[in-house]
Amino acid sequence: MAALSAERRRPSLSGWSGRSIIGVLLVVFVLFFAVPIVWLLLAVTKSSKTLVVADPFSLGSWSDFVANWHQLFDFQDGAVTTWIGNSALYAIGALVITLLVSIPAGYALALTEFRLRQALLVLTLVVMLIPNTALVLPIFLELNGVGLIGSPLSVILPMSFFPFGVYLTYIYFSTSIPRDILAAARIDGCNGFQVFTRVALPLAAPIVALVAFFSFVQNWNNFFLPFVMLPSSDGYPIQVGLTSLLASTPAFNPSSAGSDSVQLPTLALGTIVSILPVLVVFLFSQRFLVAGMTAGGTKE
Amino acid sequence: MTLAPPSGRPAVDASGRRRSGRGSGRPAGRAFARSPIGYLFVSPYALLAVVFGIVPSLYAVVLAFTNADGGFAGFDNFTKVVGDFRFWPAVFHVTTYLLIWLLGLVLFVVGLALVVHAVGVRWVSTTLRFVYYLPGALAGASSVLLWLFVLDPTASPVSGLLTAMGFESFVQVIQPGHLPAIFAIIAFWTGAGGWILIMYGALNNISTEVIEAARIDGANAVQIALRIQLPMLRKWVAYMGVMSLAAGTQLFVEPQLLSQASNAVVPNDYSLNQLAYQYAFQQNDFNGAAAISLILLVVALLLSWVFVTRGGLFEKE
Repeated sequence: MAALSAERRRPSLSGWSGRSIIGVLLVVFVLFFAVPIVWLLLAVTKSSKTLVVADPFSLGSWSDFVANWHQLFDFQDGAVTTWIGNSALYAIGALVITLLVSIPAGYALALTEFRLRQALLVLTLVVMLIPNTALVLPIFLELNGVGLIGSPLSVILPMSFFPFGVYLTYIYFSTSIPRDILAAARIDGCNGFQVFTRVALPLAAPIVALVAFFSFVQNWNNFFLPFVMLPSSDGYPIQVGLTSLLASTPAFNPSSAGSDSVQLPTLALGTIVSILPVLVVFLFSQRFLVAGMTAGGTKE
Repeated sequence: MTLAPPSGRPAVDASGRRRSGRGSGRPAGRAFARSPIGYLFVSPYALLAVVFGIVPSLYAVVLAFTNADGGFAGFDNFTKVVGDFRFWPAVFHVTTYLLIWLLGLVLFVVGLALVVHAVGVRWVSTTLRFVYYLPGALAGASSVLLWLFVLDPTASPVSGLLTAMGFESFVQVIQPGHLPAIFAIIAFWTGAGGWILIMYGALNNISTEVIEAARIDGANAVQIALRIQLPMLRKWVAYMGVMSLAAGTQLFVEPQLLSQASNAVVPNDYSLNQLAYQYAFQQNDFNGAAAISLILLVVALLLSWVFVTRGGLFEKE
């Protein structure tokens, strides 16, 4: 690949063949990562017949897209709309609690002294490394014991516990905020709470955004927790709702051919709809994430 | 799963972690406040940590060692689940999947990160990273659904490839023997991009002086990659390995959806987490479910512990 700057690095693979190998490798992986997504975007513009017959990468028609759209949103009297609403409620509800809880906690861990501080820090690090799914069944058993199963809180509250967000905030406050500024604010007459709200919080805007981003993406994509906690379809978020769509797709579940059955392009549309909010957030924050990462990289 | 989408999570971590050594000690500074506000600020978080971290773990322990009537059961629940005819196949499935996935992950993520990092043209490198990262937006059920299409020869965008490999129908593609590889591919497709970004960030952290010195000494790009960049990535590779290993033990959504889509060609007790789910919701045996959950939790905790103590992730500098 011509992209390899031979002048600068003098790679031993500088020969024509070496570069070709690398170029082919990069292109193969581009195809591997991109082809399914491109195909998915095209699939929703086709009827179930053209999806099978036509070239996989041909563009379908607008009318087929509209038909798929109607089939998706008419499914079980608008269940998809309900599921998206639920997803928004759970993801945003948990996001708000996460921010209210994590940001002050990270601040306190970084900049104040209290008993059990070290213990809480270690607990945060350990829980951060435990996969989310590992605690789902125990949390189910616990919430089952107090009769919360089926309520939106059974999903929102566990998702609000977000040690990774506390860790990020903690790191930020312990490395990026000069303590002198906080001390100065104190001398100027701020009490402890005002130091946080008027000085530290405005400075921490980027990290608040970052915690919000990770929390939202993770909440929206969470499958196992709502799958276990919410027994009724009315309470499903869209990720779990997809399983209902799948169950009604004759192509994957021949026993389901009935009045309310779902065709493949409609299922594809459901998949796109289910990721749309996350996709939008991703597109907006990609530059900022990478920039944040590399900016940190050049500092030291 | 791969929930904890490594997709992006630690991406920022990349910048944060290097500095964590400095921050993690007891901060020393004159403005270090010893005020009651500390308690006020951490107590909501501490409460959540107790309710959704500590209590469920303890509750699982209690359930795992008691029987349905609440009496002490010793290790009965454990002998029961381990003796279950579905247990060892599930262990085998998850292990095979993990081996394939981890091997692929380490090999390709490190390789691609090195190559993308070496690409000199800025927009090419940016575009590559973006394309590799994009599938991370599709996590959980969405990515599995997408791969159901890809693996179904009638509709697949790569149907030509599938037929060339001798697959005529969806059921042929998802034969049990193929599943570990299939799950590994799905997990790689969703998660690898995030890790490539992290490795890329780590490569940027290697000071240019070191690289420059090596170049003056006559090292070529491949030698620099193997002798300097690779050893300096070691900690990150270990981090990726353990996070992915811990997450992979919890395999659930992939086999669950595949089982649903294949009319049970894929069994619904394929993975350990599914088996625990079966215990809880099909057999109403919460004690058995707790025993399996506890085994999985201990495995996850052990792996994190090994990493925290041996990997030096959080060690002070």
